[in-house]
Amino acid sequence: MIKRGFIVQAGFAIVPIGLSLLITALLIAATGTDPAAVFALVWEGAFRDLRTAAQVVNFWIPLTLAAIGLVVTFTAGLWNIGVEGQIMMGAVFASWAALTLNLPHHLLIPVEIGLAALGGALWAALVGFLKTRLGVHEIFGGVALNALANVLSIYLISGPWQPPEGGSVRATPPFQPDALLPPISPAFTVNLLAVVVVALAIAAVTIALRGTRWGLQLKATGKNPASALLLGVPTTRSVMSAFVVCGALAGVAGAYRVLFTYGSLRPLVSGGIGFLGLLVVLLVSMRPLWVPIVTFAFAAILSGSTRLRVALQLDSSLAGVLQGTLVLAVLLTNGMRQRLAARSKSAARSSAVQREDVVLTGAIHDSRTD
Amino acid sequence: MTPELINTFNSIVASATPLVIASIGETITERAGVVNLSLNGSIILAAMVGFVVALAADSALVGVLCAMAIGALVAVVIAAADIELKQDQVAIGFVLTLLAADLAQFLGQNYTRIPGPQVLITPLPLLSDIPIFGPILFRQSLFVYFSYALIFGVWFWLFYTRPGLAHRAVGERPEAAFARGTNVNRLRYLYTAVGGALVGLAGAAYSLSVKPGWSTPPSMSGDGWIALAIVIFGGWHPFRVVLGAYLFAGLRALASAIQRSPDVNIPAVLLNGVPWVLMIATLLLVSSGSIERLLRVLPRPAQKWMRNILRSDPPAALGTRFEQQ
Repeated sequence: MIKRGFIVQAGFAIVPIGLSLLITALLIAATGTDPAAVFALVWEGAFRDLRTAAQVVNFWIPLTLAAIGLVVTFTAGLWNIGVEGQIMMGAVFASWAALTLNLPHHLLIPVEIGLAALGGALWAALVGFLKTRLGVHEIFGGVALNALANVLSIYLISGPWQPPEGGSVRATPPFQPDALLPPISPAFTVNLLAVVVVALAIAAVTIALRGTRWGLQLKATGKNPASALLLGVPTTRSVMSAFVVCGALAGVAGAYRVLFTYGSLRPLVSGGIGFLGLLVVLLVSMRPLWVPIVTFAFAAILSGSTRLRVALQLDSSLAGVLQGTLVLAVLLTNGMRQRLAARSKSAARSSAVQREDVVLTGAIHDSRTD
Repeated sequence: MTPELINTFNSIVASATPLVIASIGETITERAGVVNLSLNGSIILAAMVGFVVALAADSALVGVLCAMAIGALVAVVIAAADIELKQDQVAIGFVLTLLAADLAQFLGQNYTRIPGPQVLITPLPLLSDIPIFGPILFRQSLFVYFSYALIFGVWFWLFYTRPGLAHRAVGERPEAAFARGTNVNRLRYLYTAVGGALVGLAGAAYSLSVKPGWSTPPSMSGDGWIALAIVIFGGWHPFRVVLGAYLFAGLRALASAIQRSPDVNIPAVLLNGVPWVLMIATLLLVSSGSIERLLRVLPRPAQKWMRNILRSDPPAALGTRFEQQ
């Protein structure tokens, strides 16, 4: 029995992965390219050597920060689609410090990261304010504030922060060296401090959600806000705090993009990482310890796909297609499993009831009317 | 009215039409109790499919039909995931909006910025000769004329026919509808598919008429979210939804007109933020929290009147699952 249960469990994990790979392979074949070559290129693009592996980690860091923040908002029952804009605002705030402040390196870095957290938190608090005080659903507030964050960053890049050689919408001038996060080594270009911050964030969120009053209040708010309020949970404060925590983590993710990955502020600096974080959280459904594993897989796909355009003339949106079909397949297979479980349970119950019926009819035959 | 002004209004009507069709489609879906959150991605995917198929088949009609089929297919996935597999409509819709947009970009990668078939403007005889209104309303494409019929058709359907009553009942009180013998989930499938097909049609209206062709990033990106907001602004009533769509297109045109005038000095990039500020503003106008705040400053007799105008109550069973026996 246990063995069979395990096989079924494994099947429900493997089927969606296989299905999404199959669908993606068919789509690649439809464009006239060999799917095997594409998958090999993506794998190589991610894990060929230390340099490409470092690129995977550089996607993994901001993606994990955003996703771990989204675990908090999901726990409170919130669709923080605005995470994308919160990453951008973190990047904008960090860029302001990097471009204007004249501080020594060891002071500037904490100021930049602190400001980035503040920027992300403010942008998230705005979504929270629109929701709790003014009754605008967080999906719409978030979508609008995402677009506005992007408009603001493009305005800054093409206007006040444009490079001295003239206006462009490509990027701000490169930041001063003191403003940048240093790599571990020239061969493995990843920032160590950021990895530590990610680990701390995962630990803090896991502990806070499992073992604190705040975490319990978030869960109550997420499960049933009306009854949570009746039981004395300050639901408005829970919602606001969830937004602020997620926004701050997303802001730090944005800081990593500008202070390490790019070294300057660019349009669409988050590059869809926030939306990807939402997909990750849909997969792990509020289990923070699973986040770094799934984000690693997604970061590898994302990073591995960046060379598709150059090598095979394929659009890198293929990464999004693979990730999207995977999440859809997982959600649908979950539903299938629950449906099968419910059916076998009700079948078991009805056969038990029938057996009981036989006993009953045998024992007290006359008392049964139907 | 000057010819320039008539031209402006004519182009506002044209550019509002995909929004009208998509938001009426979503109104049909949500009136049956299902949220199709995939609009932004669905419209993009349908626009790509509509353009590419029309190009390959050399027939705009075939392109339009394929775009509608794609829109309906995406919508039916949401309905099936909700009804059969008990998955959250919002979650599935969100995944699909991202997936559809990526799929469009991937599959349409070899078709960007090339000329293709278009649905041309066909002035209606007689009607287009009416002064002022004729040139504004009746020198348009077939998409626009279809949208006029759609507006009145859906209004009549919802409020003056028996099947329309069942349609609304499924979204308001599914238990009561079920008790009266309505197959709730079958109707939800049906209206989700019909609404999705209209969303697909809106996509085709972009790529074959309003913003002809296909490009990455897609030029209509973001309008799906706007359409979803317009449904709320419109209080799920076809006329108010349409008013919202025209108002939105009008204000967007006004913003770009202000931008073009020589004595205004606003950076062009900031203009891209206007639709989103408008979107929040329209939602604020009808959201319960801000209505009450707004009403407090009005004199008492005006309060009730204003509340009735602004209130926007969703179908009572919107987004909920119905466990049919």
